[in-house]
Amino acid sequence: MMNYFPDEVLEHVFDFVTSHRDRNAVSLVCKLWYRVERFSRQRVFIGNCYAISPERLIDRFPGVKALTLKGKPHFADFNLVPQDWGGYVQPWIEALARSRIGLEELRLKRMVVSDESLDVLSRSFTNFKSLVLVSCEGFTTDGLEAIAANCRFLRELDLQENEIEEKKNLWLGCFPDSCTSLVSLNFACLKEINLVALERLVARNPNLKSLKLNRAVPLEALQRILMRAPQLVDLGTGSFVLDRDSDDSETYRKLRGTILKCRSIRNLSGFLEVAPRCLPAIYPICLNLTYLNLSYAAGIHGSELIKLIRLCGKLQRLWILDYIGDKGLEIVASTCKDLQELRVFPSDPFGAGHAAVTETGLVAISSGCPKLNSLLYFCQQMTNAALIAVAKNCPNFIRFRLCILDPTKPDPVTMQPLDEGFGAIVQSSKRLRRLSLSGLLTDRVFLYIGMYAEQLEMLSIAFAGESDKGMLYVLNGCKKLRKLEIRDSPFGDMALLRDVGKYETMRSLWMSSCDVTLGGCKTLAKQMPRLNVEIINENDQMEFAHEDSQKVEKMYLYRTLVGPRKDAPEFVWTLV
Amino acid sequence: MESKVAYQNELNLKATELRLGLPGTDIESEEQALSSARNNKRPLPDNTKECGLKCSSDDAQHSDHETAPPAKAQIVGWPPIRSYRKNNLQPKKTEAEASGIYVKVSMDGAPYLRKIDLRVYRGYPELLKAMENMFKFTIGEYSEREGYKGSEFAPTYEDKDGDWMLVGDVPWDMFMSSCKRLRIMKGSEARGLGCGV
Repeated sequence: MMNYFPDEVLEHVFDFVTSHRDRNAVSLVCKLWYRVERFSRQRVFIGNCYAISPERLIDRFPGVKALTLKGKPHFADFNLVPQDWGGYVQPWIEALARSRIGLEELRLKRMVVSDESLDVLSRSFTNFKSLVLVSCEGFTTDGLEAIAANCRFLRELDLQENEIEEKKNLWLGCFPDSCTSLVSLNFACLKEINLVALERLVARNPNLKSLKLNRAVPLEALQRILMRAPQLVDLGTGSFVLDRDSDDSETYRKLRGTILKCRSIRNLSGFLEVAPRCLPAIYPICLNLTYLNLSYAAGIHGSELIKLIRLCGKLQRLWILDYIGDKGLEIVASTCKDLQELRVFPSDPFGAGHAAVTETGLVAISSGCPKLNSLLYFCQQMTNAALIAVAKNCPNFIRFRLCILDPTKPDPVTMQPLDEGFGAIVQSSKRLRRLSLSGLLTDRVFLYIGMYAEQLEMLSIAFAGESDKGMLYVLNGCKKLRKLEIRDSPFGDMALLRDVGKYETMRSLWMSSCDVTLGGCKTLAKQMPRLNVEIINENDQMEFAHEDSQKVEKMYLYRTLVGPRKDAPEFVWTLV
Repeated sequence: MESKVAYQNELNLKATELRLGLPGTDIESEEQALSSARNNKRPLPDNTKECGLKCSSDDAQHSDHETAPPAKAQIVGWPPIRSYRKNNLQPKKTEAEASGIYVKVSMDGAPYLRKIDLRVYRGYPELLKAMENMFKFTIGEYSEREGYKGSEFAPTYEDKDGDWMLVGDVPWDMFMSSCKRLRIMKGSEARGLGCGV
């Protein structure tokens, strides 16, 4: 029936199909739909920049306007991937610039971005509107100057947790006076900023909704900025301190008055430096907050933290440090009834001391906040009983990431592994998509995961399992698995090679400090030409005996349509 | 060179060093452990793997050691926190429990060194007064042009780059974060520093 509609009608119908997966599915129905879909697609998501080439992207989707690219494997976040591994955006930007693509939005994660790339980007796309860089590196403030100066219609510049070399402090001043279209600006990861340029920029951009400042913006400047931007929805404060010596009552009063006018703020973060006595200034906006991120606010703890939380009755997402303690989490549980996402970060990751939260806090949260669906929890210890209780109270987890600071710690009460606890979680949360395990775990937990975690897409395993069976349970059972990352676990060639076809249904597999051998990886690479099987070997090349029986330090494999990458460094060896 | 000798003496005197810290705390080695973890862009070489190449019989023993780490051992990449977050989290600072910035203070000609906590002082005047009291001497008056005029002593500090700088030129906060140790220079060396010739 649909075949009798002209293409324009099909296209119009497809306009309502927005998610990447749905559009991918649409394109598989028939050749006609494939054709219409590909010409009308504007947003493309590429989860692994080495799975496809820019030329093929451009060829298939000539109308692409918004592109997301991800580079390094996830474990690069934890220093497990050496510098210069790859993930360069330059070839993508060059190819797009040469083509006639009218790129408007670019979102990059864990990629290497150079000043030159930013410069080319800024000059090549007249309608460029949005640049979001997450955990990227390789560029300096020179690159930001180019973006500011050349992107005439820039709406969004969002720099999240990047490593940026700061040269001259001029880039913010490079936005021309005619730039009045900014909606979102985040430079929290920089150390310096030009305050005068910042205030002028805010003053002439009345559509600014999201502003995240850095440490170099003092309280006085924040007050002036908020005066100009009472329409903000999303605010990240910089330094929230008043100099002890100076006469601060006037500034504080002005700040309080200004904040009262900011009725639209729903998301609050920052407090990179904070004097708790200044906090009451933000109390008036707490009751409207739906997202509060205090995970960098080491200066807020104890009773000040509790006072703040008690005012935030509408919170849906909370990111905090474990200073909150189990008692504080009980307060969260009784105050934040709409809570959906909780992240508790460790304040002292390497300390001989103890993380201040345990299973008690988590159980309290699960009792008080039944809507909880996303959890990241760094804690001192966990028990099976607690996890079973959490599973019962909160059957809606989509993301469940538990990190016990001592990675092989058993249930301290029973001294048992945590298999039953995690088993309960996967059994009760039928929509679970992401899971990270920790604590003492045997193969049994993987049996449960394989049996129950039907929607699981990403699994992170560390120091867990007893034998190849563990890994096999997961590979056989989790039909929707896309990303599997494993470190320091006793899984070897038998598990790796049992079902080689599985890896083409996944984005990637990472295995480090496991039992897979060079021979096993070679076999896999030979059988599966459409996988890149990369071995990272940082030891001296001379010593690397190239014996097949030798265990491989780090292996990263991923499906790809474009063969071995040409930019691999010396220490990365792609097996063929 | 005088400073080199003094440095060597310090190494030997560590055991008998007088400090203002609480007994039993060893701030320096804690700091070193923390900073090496933070700055660790490349993972540490995996000792068990290296051993595996040469002595496979020991492999089992070493890997047991690897998979059951003692509570305080630092494992590469664990806990799984982004480097950015690790590097940007300031430690907790309460009035009671602030971890101090302890630096050694040496004075040319003095038999032993002292240690002071920079956090205790609100600015240069307090710091210099404390140093004067500690070593029983007087520092001259500071001017940008002429350094410390009016005495034969000059307070200096070693910064992050290893250079010896005159105390007082940079803002206090910048000084606190870059000062590694203090040295009160005396005599002709002092007069050469910062004083217009």
